[in-house]
Amino acid sequence: MTTLALTPQGGFGGALARTFSDGGTIMWRNLMNVRRNPELLLSATVQPIMFVLLFAYVFGGSIGDDPVMYRDFLMGGIFVQTVAFNSAFTVIGMANDLQKGIIDRFRSLPMSPAAVLIGRTMADLAVTLLGLLVMSLCGLVIGWRIRGSFTDAVLAYAVLILFAFVMAWIGALVGLISGSVEVAQSAGFIWIFPVTFISTVFVAADRLPGPLQAFAEWNPISALSDSVRSLFGNYQLRPPTDAWAQQNPTLYALISCLVLLVVFMPLAVAKYRKVAAK
Amino acid sequence: MATGASDIAVRAEGLVKSFGSTKALNGVDLEIPKGTVLGLLGPNGAGKTTTVRILTTLLRPDAGRAYVAGHDVLTEPDKVRRSIGLSGQYAAVDEHLTGAENLYMVGRLYGMNRSTARARARELLARFRLTEDADRPAKGYSGGMRRRLDLAGALVAKPPVVALDEPTTGLDPRSRIDMWEVISELVDDGTTVLLTTQYLEEADQLADTIMVIDHGKVIARGTADQLKAQIGGERLELVVDDAADLPLAQQVLADVGSGEPHVDQHTRRAEVLVDTGTKALIEALRRLDQHSVVVNDVALHRPTLDDVFLALTGHAAEEAAAESGTTSKKKVKA
Repeated sequence: MTTLALTPQGGFGGALARTFSDGGTIMWRNLMNVRRNPELLLSATVQPIMFVLLFAYVFGGSIGDDPVMYRDFLMGGIFVQTVAFNSAFTVIGMANDLQKGIIDRFRSLPMSPAAVLIGRTMADLAVTLLGLLVMSLCGLVIGWRIRGSFTDAVLAYAVLILFAFVMAWIGALVGLISGSVEVAQSAGFIWIFPVTFISTVFVAADRLPGPLQAFAEWNPISALSDSVRSLFGNYQLRPPTDAWAQQNPTLYALISCLVLLVVFMPLAVAKYRKVAAK
Repeated sequence: MATGASDIAVRAEGLVKSFGSTKALNGVDLEIPKGTVLGLLGPNGAGKTTTVRILTTLLRPDAGRAYVAGHDVLTEPDKVRRSIGLSGQYAAVDEHLTGAENLYMVGRLYGMNRSTARARARELLARFRLTEDADRPAKGYSGGMRRRLDLAGALVAKPPVVALDEPTTGLDPRSRIDMWEVISELVDDGTTVLLTTQYLEEADQLADTIMVIDHGKVIARGTADQLKAQIGGERLELVVDDAADLPLAQQVLADVGSGEPHVDQHTRRAEVLVDTGTKALIEALRRLDQHSVVVNDVALHRPTLDDVFLALTGHAAEEAAAESGTTSKKKVKA
């Protein structure tokens, strides 16, 4: 038999290059899946619009002092919340791959195990980018504006994208732990509700009762919301509290994202190796 | 490919693997000479899939060693993965990708460039009679087509060894025969094949050597003919019209058969293992006719997996699966 010319590359550089090239192939595969199932994009686009409209027009009048100002405040939070909720895609996608036999195929190939996770998270990042675009347009319609500098606006989107990447890796781990698509469907959402609601996404921290206030002050979701608001030059409902995280939202948001990434990336890869070996 | 001058493509020594308290494998040795087919025969939960998963690096054994094309599955998994293609029980295809895209993806993951991967995909689709459906999502494929696509995926890198884990389980008879043809062609090309199956007929058709496995242990090995000789060829079964004739039928069967006849009063059925096939059948009917015994039904069965098990272990294959427990069965197979 003839052997096909395959190019196994040696060394760390070669391994890294292969990981990214394999990751690219898996990302292509996942995006083709989205293309063939456009209904997947519905919850990534329609759901955030629903949240914007519900909070802007149902709760808005009761929460802020001025509904117009509240809408300006709200968008920064909803951006972050949307990104957090989108991690459910990764949870379900990962559980789905595990449940079908496709992971066996991947594991029987001489490819990097991290590539499966990189391909999954990168593809989901692309879906989240689409969600952010739709949300921004929706925000413009209800009166939200980017009032800061161009650089700050770019930085705001960069923070959101970094957070989306972090959430995708957390989602990958949750999906790997779930065991089945049915479990993943609830596990993907349940924990995100308290984490996003006990924060400054919809309200100011100082209005919350004691323990919840402390949680909200140090919740990275709060820091991300406040950071995005200040970078977009949006209205803040109330001056920040004295907590360091509240005083330095962008710095705290970036530190949180990096710490979460450093913790969850290796955890997800380790869990993938373990789960796939069953 | 293989290092050294060995003509053994796959070798495993003392494989042990437990899932919790269940011993899925309890000291399995095997050897597959290059270019031959080893049929691994056994009921659900016997350890067939576990063996395949160890040889394809999907699972690490608790003890024992295994080599594929001269490479150690434990220390050189990447080289093993380049040498062995896997086609599993649950077709590992992405149902939203087309047949062509599925194979292209596998080619890319083997490190092929885009055009090589695309060309190889087309080549395999033609070989597996999937060209017409190449650009349809695999979701719309029949069970047989999915299996063929999955097998094509295992062959993308032209591996010298292929592991086929129950390639025809759940297929209709027509697709099964299609699959057998495809596997035969593979063997004609010189590929070494590890085939697991629950069907004796399948192992008989395709395998050079058969290994019977039960409770994680090898209980018999040999060619199909050797195994059949061991279990006494075929089974002659007849139903008499009057239960009073059963003792006579039993006597006749004892004379023509190669073993102790079994008689069931309730169904008026008598059966025995025979070595001489139709000769024994004709002789039995002739003698019963001489005594004017009315025979309602008569059949000559080729030995089944159950017969092999009955002969080798004294219990039926289904009992073996039931004994190993549903939970452990699930784990072993999952």
